[in-house]
Amino acid sequence: MEDAPELEWLPGSGGIMATLETTFAGIRTLNPFWLASAPPTNCGEQIMRAFDAGWGGAVWKTIGAQVTNVSSRYSALDWNGQKMMGFNNIELISDRPPEVNLRELAEVKRRYPRHVVIASLMVESRREAWHEMVARAEDAGADGLELNFGCPHGMSERGMGSAVGQVPAYCGQITEWVKERARTPVMVKLTPNITDIRLPARAAKSAGADALSAINTINSITGIDLETLEPRPKVDGQSSHGGYCGPAVKPIALSMVQQVMSDPEAALPLSGIGGIGSWQDAAEFILLGAGTVQVCTAVMHYGYRIVEDMCDGLLAWMRHKGYASISDFRGLSLPRMQEWKNLNLNYRVVAKIHRESCIGCQLCYTACWDGAHQCIHLDRMEGDLETPVTGTDPRFAQHEPNPHGKPTPAMVVAESMRQITVTPIPKLSWNGGGLNRTQTPLRAQTPLSRVPRVDGDECVGCNLCSLVCPVPECITMERVDAGLPRETWAERSATAENEGRKEPGIWGS
Amino acid sequence: MSGATSFYSKARGTEEIAQRFADLHPPLNETAAVTEALRCLYCFNAPCMGACPTHIDVPKFIKKIASGNLEGSARTILEANILGASCARACPVQVLCEGACVMHYDNQQPIAIGRLQRFAMDALHASGGSLPFSPCDLSGSETGKRVALIGAGPASLACAAELRRRGVRAAIFDARPLPGGLNTYGIAEYKLPLAESLREIDLLAQLGVEFHFDTTVDAAMLAELEAGYDAIFLGVGLGGVQKLGVVGEDLPGAISALEFIAAYKCGELREVPDRVAVIGAGNTATDAAIAAVRLGAREVHMVYRRGSEQMSAFAFEYEHAREMGVGFLWHVMPVRVIGDGKVEALELVQLETREDGSLAPRDGQHVLLEVDLVIKAIGQTMQAEFVKEVQGGEPARVQLEKGRILVDRETGQTSNPKYFAGGDCTNGGREVVDAVADGRRAGVGMAAWLGGHHGNA
Repeated sequence: MEDAPELEWLPGSGGIMATLETTFAGIRTLNPFWLASAPPTNCGEQIMRAFDAGWGGAVWKTIGAQVTNVSSRYSALDWNGQKMMGFNNIELISDRPPEVNLRELAEVKRRYPRHVVIASLMVESRREAWHEMVARAEDAGADGLELNFGCPHGMSERGMGSAVGQVPAYCGQITEWVKERARTPVMVKLTPNITDIRLPARAAKSAGADALSAINTINSITGIDLETLEPRPKVDGQSSHGGYCGPAVKPIALSMVQQVMSDPEAALPLSGIGGIGSWQDAAEFILLGAGTVQVCTAVMHYGYRIVEDMCDGLLAWMRHKGYASISDFRGLSLPRMQEWKNLNLNYRVVAKIHRESCIGCQLCYTACWDGAHQCIHLDRMEGDLETPVTGTDPRFAQHEPNPHGKPTPAMVVAESMRQITVTPIPKLSWNGGGLNRTQTPLRAQTPLSRVPRVDGDECVGCNLCSLVCPVPECITMERVDAGLPRETWAERSATAENEGRKEPGIWGS
Repeated sequence: MSGATSFYSKARGTEEIAQRFADLHPPLNETAAVTEALRCLYCFNAPCMGACPTHIDVPKFIKKIASGNLEGSARTILEANILGASCARACPVQVLCEGACVMHYDNQQPIAIGRLQRFAMDALHASGGSLPFSPCDLSGSETGKRVALIGAGPASLACAAELRRRGVRAAIFDARPLPGGLNTYGIAEYKLPLAESLREIDLLAQLGVEFHFDTTVDAAMLAELEAGYDAIFLGVGLGGVQKLGVVGEDLPGAISALEFIAAYKCGELREVPDRVAVIGAGNTATDAAIAAVRLGAREVHMVYRRGSEQMSAFAFEYEHAREMGVGFLWHVMPVRVIGDGKVEALELVQLETREDGSLAPRDGQHVLLEVDLVIKAIGQTMQAEFVKEVQGGEPARVQLEKGRILVDRETGQTSNPKYFAGGDCTNGGREVVDAVADGRRAGVGMAAWLGGHHGNA
């Protein structure tokens, strides 16, 4: 008999309770947070500490063929003072003998029967080799198997890892061999280093896989030492492409998860992987169909302890949204991902700069002029709040950059440089001295002349200004009723075809 | 005459002064500088750049610190401001670039622009780098024109740099033994050490500027210069010190703030007596009061005829003085300096402000403040007699207004087309950065005027 799940009261929801406990491909797990097959799951001692910290499961660092690792192995991409925005490694699968790993796996399962331990496996591409390894892992007590068809470096040169994952036929073949012997659920880990990730996913599914995990790491070079010209990570003056992961890869991972989960021929229970470090990240993967998530880089950066807030934050969000369980919101965002041709061409938003929160950095201005559509201007004057300019609505006419002849960025800067400025010395000023007058003006509000103005008629609603703005909620994208019914590109071209017209290409021609 | 110069090596700093006058704002280390640089939003048409009288492209030099391009960062600074290192330390950034930082509107600390600028400039000096420009780099060749610059302060230095880049010869004349004017002799040592001012001027000397030290220009010499040079730049500063106009103010132990500051910076004055009074409440007065504390005075009073709300020092200078333990006597005015052969006390009368803003003595007893040193800091006056109107019909060389030389602000040209001017003598006494901006505009203006075939051709 199973233990009762740990439930939390859901305030204000009529006594409904929320739980993180869930079932994934038939495997019961205390929460959807698993450690990915990687250095944090190298050995039993680590995994037991991780379980103590609150992880629901762990995928053992890949067990299999004999390897020797190099030194060094990791490198990272830092960005604007943030460490490890992206991370890469050239470490291979476990360099410990399989018998040691499996002995420890058995010990972990004995001590933590309610926690999930998945054995990640990789052996040479022979049926007997796979049969043998599957049997050994299951005999040791693994709750499931993950087939590592994703490792992009080293192992792939020996015909394993992504060398399998990149060829759907191999992927299907090995999955079949494993399924011949396996008694526990079989999960296939997909490589992103492929043109269409759905093809190996379909092959795995048709070969009988019970689940998928995605994504593995992405081929990468994180950087080059500009003194020595050595790419990183450095191994005796040389390097090798490594697998990229960490926060930088999350958008790629989300897209690939969505591609797989939106494809009926590929969709299976999926364990989402790629840049997950917070409960928000996890919620996003689950909203695109993932049943559990796997974490590595964030743990390598901050340790096992991060799972506490991942659980706490996700539960709080679920309570807030009224979701009692993971399955209540799993996949809810999938229908909202469409092919471009199905988007409403007559939906329109326009940027609005909220004067009271604007700090006058004018990043939106320079972004709009250089990176967008030249419709933010610096023409506000004190006392002149909103001066509407009649322009050309891009819905109806050809958009023209700067149709009102506003000053260009170069003209604005040149004008500033011509200004003669002096240090405000009170006793030399006309209005005399005094401490109160020597102060820089009270910082209540940005001078209106520094607050840019959006030409609402010309704004194409691209979002760029709101993305570059450093102040939260200072630039919002406001819905504007274009007065037109919903129409998609697909509908428009179908109508045109029916009427015997030829529509120009998407970008005009 | 100048030769291969190293003014820096002539700084006679003492260990003791260095210890007493440790940096008010210590330098940033590399990690701190990069972290701070990364906070900069990289504003478009940045307000900090507009607030700087020399319009240094602040976001540009800060982003270069973030990217590790320190040489490019220093070049960006120097292209706008030839005294970038001095200004980084001496500028009242709170009312200039940092005061204008948009971070204020976001309830965040402004970017530490001054300290970042110092970081970039220190890196240039440490690497032994030179100026990013050379003689005639804007003109292609020497024009054969010659300009005499009176005063070796920031205005003349900035002007000379612009002239040299445009192929105009520049000869600087100064009454002191070292260049830099108040940048060298007049800035609180904990802000800008004398040696640092000289180090920066050493770079400038590479442009082939001629220096004539210990040379006081009088009316006769000015006439000679006028005849011998194609144009004259007046960067003479103010020079004169406002007198108290009371009995005893010339007693030993009563000196002007500028004399006091120059004396300790040169190492000529290494300690002060126990009790010091500083008369005045401007920025120079607070500099002097704080220096007196650092030099060992036990009791330092600032004496001002109005209240704190009307003192002309920047608020942060006032706060700094208070933190240093300086005491303030408001609404009092000295009527007599008492002493037998040297200063012993200051006799003060209490004042009240009438409705029209004027001050009047209050009834009641005079206050006696026992002090051993009186530092007078009630302002400077224009002292350049040689350019003033001369009695007896000889016309003034240049027109003055309210004690300042009148100039066209964009070119620095005075009422006498051959004379240009900038710095304190035209702006009434502001900051180093203002003088640099004035000098720069005048240098460009003079070169343009000379290029139009003016001068002694």
